[in-house]
Amino acid sequence: MVIFLQNLVNALQWGSFYALIALGYSMVYSILMLFNFAHGDIFMVGAYIGFGVSIGLLALSSSGALAMPNWLILVLTILFSMFLTSFVGMIVERVGYRPLRNAPRASAAITGLMIGIILETGNLILMGARRVSFPSLIQTTTYTVGGVFVTNKKIMIVLVSLLLTLALHQFIRRTKWGMAMRAMAFDFAVVPLMGVPVNTVIALTFAIGSALAAAAGILFGIAYPVLDPYMGILFGWKAFVAAILGGRGSILGATLAGFLLGFTEIFVAMIFPSTLRDLIAYSIILLILTFRPHGFFGEPYSARLRL
Amino acid sequence: MASTTTFRTFRAGWSRVPLIGWFFGALLAVTLERLVGNPLALAVGLPKIPALFGLDIMLKKPLLIPNAVLYVLLIYGLPMGIATRASIAPANRLATGLFRLPIVVTTVVYIGFLYAILHVWAEVNDYRALVLKLTLIAIMFTLSLNVINGYMGEFSCSHPGFMALGAYCASVFSLGLFVDNRFFGTALLPPALGPFLFPVALVLGGILAAAGALIVAVPSFRTRGDYLAIISLAFLFIVKSLIENLEYVRGPRGLSGQPDLASLPTVFLWTVACIWSINNFVRSTIGKALNAVRDNEMAASAMTVNTRRTKMVAFLFSAFWAGIAGGLFAHVLRYVNPGTFGIQTLAEVLAMVYFGGLNSVYGSIVGAVSISLLGEALRPLEIFKWIIIPLLLILVMIYRPTGLIAFKDVDVTALFRPKTGPGDEV
Repeated sequence: MVIFLQNLVNALQWGSFYALIALGYSMVYSILMLFNFAHGDIFMVGAYIGFGVSIGLLALSSSGALAMPNWLILVLTILFSMFLTSFVGMIVERVGYRPLRNAPRASAAITGLMIGIILETGNLILMGARRVSFPSLIQTTTYTVGGVFVTNKKIMIVLVSLLLTLALHQFIRRTKWGMAMRAMAFDFAVVPLMGVPVNTVIALTFAIGSALAAAAGILFGIAYPVLDPYMGILFGWKAFVAAILGGRGSILGATLAGFLLGFTEIFVAMIFPSTLRDLIAYSIILLILTFRPHGFFGEPYSARLRL
Repeated sequence: MASTTTFRTFRAGWSRVPLIGWFFGALLAVTLERLVGNPLALAVGLPKIPALFGLDIMLKKPLLIPNAVLYVLLIYGLPMGIATRASIAPANRLATGLFRLPIVVTTVVYIGFLYAILHVWAEVNDYRALVLKLTLIAIMFTLSLNVINGYMGEFSCSHPGFMALGAYCASVFSLGLFVDNRFFGTALLPPALGPFLFPVALVLGGILAAAGALIVAVPSFRTRGDYLAIISLAFLFIVKSLIENLEYVRGPRGLSGQPDLASLPTVFLWTVACIWSINNFVRSTIGKALNAVRDNEMAASAMTVNTRRTKMVAFLFSAFWAGIAGGLFAHVLRYVNPGTFGIQTLAEVLAMVYFGGLNSVYGSIVGAVSISLLGEALRPLEIFKWIIIPLLLILVMIYRPTGLIAFKDVDVTALFRPKTGPGDEV
């Protein structure tokens, strides 16, 4: 039971990375009906930007010019990196997706993949092949609750990701821009005729998705403080799986499926040898999709699918 | 204005060279390189014969660019230019003669010619032979993916998985039967039988890949598009993970020491067979049915197309050829490990399909050849290669979203037709 609870805590943390990344896929999908295959690499870029920002802030703080406590540095790092990474997302949209808006969707998928490769390689050229270690901004404190070890980092990661998801939900439900997004997701052809600025809304969608990916990147850097340029590939593809599993375009679905994927992976590793993790996790996904081909919250494919 | 006219008249001189004339010219050029390439390379100041048309040398040592260009002009440009131009009349006569023969005979003659050119070209050094073999395998692999992604209009991510199945099955077969090694014991059959049973190994690999394709084909009855993409992606991960966990095939360490059975003629013949069968497949009734399913499944079904059977056949057929390509790949490199068949390979083969052109046999050939040669030629740039190739592909996607040569199949009669004007007596 204790082992189960311990793994539950780990799975919550692991799932929150997937959930945050999957949200970005899902948001872009609901409007453009295509998956931003560069998203995993935006997660990686976000982690690196967070690394740069936190190093800079730490230097600024320790030089005495502007002394800050570490928690403030962490908050500032997250906010500032989310802001900067949102521009990366907007640039990716402008370069790779806007010229292809009327092209077949597979072509846009290819440009996404290629932009991902460019981001990885560019990072490799800029930062070199060595891995960088993310500065530890907060001290790890371990609490023991009934034999289960919980660190303050884990609590923070799960809380921040839940908070961001909730904030996104409120943004989409309550604000004018969120309403514009929902309207565009409902009908891409007519809504622009009603005076909704298409390009701005799409750029905003990419910006928010990328900002969430950046937050995931920094949280990942806090939990596992080793960054390398190819870390986005596996995370990206797995979060993509989560986004599909949740039902394309569904925010609730993406969050739930992200956590579910985290749970599956952790618990498979708990019961079986950890080398079998991918094998069993993907077999389960294959089974789910065979019996529920449109995911948990998705609608069956219909005329609305612009192929 | 004057310059364009000059260029046009200049080019017009070659507009009547038939394919066989070009083959003659190319054969002459590569034979020349084989005979006098080395002294000529030294004479123009190059250390040795440039392996890939001088591209590799130009990028490695920019100072040698004029020398490399001079070499390419002297060896390829000049002989080909003069020989093709001078032999228009006899070449057209020959082409007419060949054109009157049964189409099978004509095709065999042309393919023989093509093989001769490639053989002489690859004989210069081992590197060329390896690049050529890998390029031919890339053509097979790209074509097999194009059947699904281009003709059937689904986004399949599973092809590296099919390739892995084929590669491992063929490797286990040939390692177990013809090689003494630690994992599979002593050879069961004399190694001399290897070349005869090698096709069996490849076909078994293809069949295993096709069996694996059932896992993707059955869900494709109920779902399309993104969900099928994710199912095929899951399949890829499952295959890779399965092989990594199978101690029988040595898990992540991979299999090595496959017998050296994939010689250039073998790979070439399999590639020809692949192009022939896929070209016929997509031009057949079932190929047209594939296009109908892609464009509108419901309408196709209303027009009596059996959509399930069509999808199933397409998946099995495509996976079969991907499996064959995998078997050849394993025997060319004589080493396979599961890491080879991951997302990276997927991105590469998708790049080849979409660069060359969807729904097109020509396009696949062009895409596979250009991306593999570009990859090899840009090798001196090291990591910048992975900036240039993606950028190129993004530009192609933006200006030609379906690829360079989309929607075009090989029509051999048009290729082999002599190029005579209306007033010519032949």
